[in-house]
Amino acid sequence: MDSAVSNAKTERVAKADAADAVRVRRVRAADVPHVIDLDAHVTKIAKAAYWNDIFRRYGRQRLNERFFLVAEDGAQRSGSGVLGFIIGEIRAWEFGSTPCGWVFALSVEPRARLAGIGSALFAAISEEFKKAGVNKMRTMVARDSMLPLQFFRSEGMMAGPYLQLEKDLE
Amino acid sequence: MKLQISTRIAIFAVLELAAREGHQLSVADIGEKYDISSHHLAKVMNVLHRAGLVRSVRGAGGGYQFSGNARRTTLLDVVQLFEELTSAEPDSVADATPEGQALVQILSEIDDIARATLGSITIATMRKLVDRQEAAGIRTKVAKKSR
Repeated sequence: MDSAVSNAKTERVAKADAADAVRVRRVRAADVPHVIDLDAHVTKIAKAAYWNDIFRRYGRQRLNERFFLVAEDGAQRSGSGVLGFIIGEIRAWEFGSTPCGWVFALSVEPRARLAGIGSALFAAISEEFKKAGVNKMRTMVARDSMLPLQFFRSEGMMAGPYLQLEKDLE
Repeated sequence: MKLQISTRIAIFAVLELAAREGHQLSVADIGEKYDISSHHLAKVMNVLHRAGLVRSVRGAGGGYQFSGNARRTTLLDVVQLFEELTSAEPDSVADATPEGQALVQILSEIDDIARATLGSITIATMRKLVDRQEAAGIRTKVAKKSR
């Protein structure tokens, strides 16, 4: 086996191990400060009030159709840190659509990227959507946000039947 | 949207080589599958080589290997080696009219969407799509035409 193939195989094994070590579970109150810090670090905009409200609505209410999931290092004590999170819910009849799962937030700690954490979160919420009875999931990404776009594409998402439209209000 | 022939050939060649990381394929191997002349393919491979997406392997059994990063190289990276995907710019008296400007605005919207789509698909993602097509039963009919 030549070195290129060997290196690629080693990289795949390492990523598989890392993904296996990730534990994905529902958010808890103790996770919210970690979520706030992670989001502020990634987006450079601190919005604690927003995340506290999101936790109240998506972490505590209508949990059969709302999913606020966090990823943590499976080898460490539970609650010791959030490596990433994903939030989505089942929405019905908006825009004439039959019920489907919407993902509206996904973030992974920058130092922990490229280790399968985003994929683990995506797989977990996909499973929750399926268990809840829907067979389609959607999200929306800014056209110039190439990394998130490439991530969702790599997970098998394709352009859907809707076009997002907007207007400047003058 | 229609891609130029050279662009399509380049995408096919990159996909073939990326599927065989660490192994090489000859121009003839790729040309046979897609029914492309070796002459045309060789020209395309030169462009890919200059861009650092493939490396040539000399000697008996030589050919080309993929040398890019399949998880980072996008379709847009390949397409832009062969054709421009710039947004429509006013370039005539007609384009400078309000009607022309309105048309340019709409055409720019289409160009932006095309660029975002091509930029969001990495070679690794394309390989997954190819695998899905194969799983769905789409098989290659090897060109019978001799070269």
